[in-house]
Amino acid sequence: MTANESEPRASPPAELVVESIDKWFRTDRTTTHAVEDISFRVAGGEFVCLVGPSGCGKSTLLDIVAGLTTPDQGRVLADGQLVQGPGRHRLVMFQESALFPWLNVFGNVMFGLHRKPELSNRQRRAIAEYHLQLVGLEKYKQAYVHELSGGMKQRVALARSLAPDPRVLLMDEPLSALDAITREQLCYDIQDIWQRRRKTIVLVTHDVREAVCFADRVFLLSPSPGRLRDEFRIPLPRPRDINSPELAHIAQRITAALKGYLTETPEAAE
Amino acid sequence: MKRTLVAATFFLVLLGLWQLATMSGRWSPVILPPPAMVAEYLWDALRDGSLTEAIEVTLRRLLIGYAIGVAIGLPLGLLTSTSDYFEDTIGALALGLQTLPSVCWVPLALLWFGQTESAMLFVVVMGTVWSVVLATDTGARTIPPIYARAARTMGSEGFDKWTRVILPASLPFVVSGMKQGWAFAWRSLMAAEIFVTILTGFGLGHLLQYGRELSAMDQVIGVMVVIVVIGLIADKALFSPWERFLHRRWGTGLK
Repeated sequence: MTANESEPRASPPAELVVESIDKWFRTDRTTTHAVEDISFRVAGGEFVCLVGPSGCGKSTLLDIVAGLTTPDQGRVLADGQLVQGPGRHRLVMFQESALFPWLNVFGNVMFGLHRKPELSNRQRRAIAEYHLQLVGLEKYKQAYVHELSGGMKQRVALARSLAPDPRVLLMDEPLSALDAITREQLCYDIQDIWQRRRKTIVLVTHDVREAVCFADRVFLLSPSPGRLRDEFRIPLPRPRDINSPELAHIAQRITAALKGYLTETPEAAE
Repeated sequence: MKRTLVAATFFLVLLGLWQLATMSGRWSPVILPPPAMVAEYLWDALRDGSLTEAIEVTLRRLLIGYAIGVAIGLPLGLLTSTSDYFEDTIGALALGLQTLPSVCWVPLALLWFGQTESAMLFVVVMGTVWSVVLATDTGARTIPPIYARAARTMGSEGFDKWTRVILPASLPFVVSGMKQGWAFAWRSLMAAEIFVTILTGFGLGHLLQYGRELSAMDQVIGVMVVIVVIGLIADKALFSPWERFLHRRWGTGLK
């Protein structure tokens, strides 16, 4: 993965402000308070991870930042602009199942680019090729999604969400479905790519190690309703090895804190 | 190659059994003609042009009716999948009418259109459209919602989202819906042709009906064989390439 001589210009990363977000989900029978009064701020180019057990509203929060869900209270600002719907400046790297099976790898990466009218077709191809090279999949342009391994699918998903040059990248558990070796490699690659392309990244995961591996800061969420409980600054140098003992040590401390929240809300511990 | 051989042997054995049954003398040749007699009828009918003409007339009706049915059914199916209101109205109507055997449309078609080509087409369209609506609707509803969400974040909305995401994502279901629609169209047309005599063209159904009226069992069986063979060829020619394409893309049904 060497830098391409025709590296496309990267937009400056955006600053994200999340202000006192509240979200309920109502069905005929129940009302769930998914997210309660969550506020945080992410500096431009910062890598932030939201960690919590299932039911802590982290995916809801990611959807709200992406503009896919509207909060009941509070607001999200991206570079001072109110987020009112999905936009190309905030792209989501969904889990692997979100790749389109009717397109090949190249077509998937081109999808977002086709929706940028300011680009010419030649520019689109060049950008797509650059990003496939960035994730090391230039040889698999013509492959179909089902022909790829789990790690390769995640790489395609990464290339697809990076290609339209968003200013914020939102990641939904990018490593959780992978085996240990693939995980370690992709972990390095994401760090490398983040340093090269400098995006503001918000990543949600239930895996504390994954969070510690990437984050400048880790936010801890507790469930029912989802609340922001604590914030850990991760001082480790980069690139970080997800299996290193220092990283494991910090992860242990954070895990202990998470367990603490779970015992104080027994109905969520199940 | 081996599979072709097995299939060929299978059908030869079937023919052989048929031949043996006629040679046993238990049934008169008027009731059960030997294969050779049927073959002879087919050969003669091909040479005097009555069979080729009937095939042409039937296929023309079928293709036109089917095309209209799909053209109506596909957008309707996509529409019903978008909102509960359309589902409760058009969707319910489609579900109801699909259970109606298409031959039941024949009396109505005759009263509305008389003994005309339009009556034939009407029956075929009614036989096709509802199953296409239902299959497309099911297809569009079973698309993982994450596709639509991913598309939205990448700036695909409205018409673009429908043509570039929803439609291709539901393609496997649309194709099976179109296949089902084809089977329904074929059945409806045969029913219509057997029940209705019109002067603008004698189709395979008419040929079959005349066979019955003349007690010409060789003609009845011969025409039935033709109908089956056309159905098989249409399936192979129209749908197999699509299905292979989908299997390759989606990675389904691979051996």
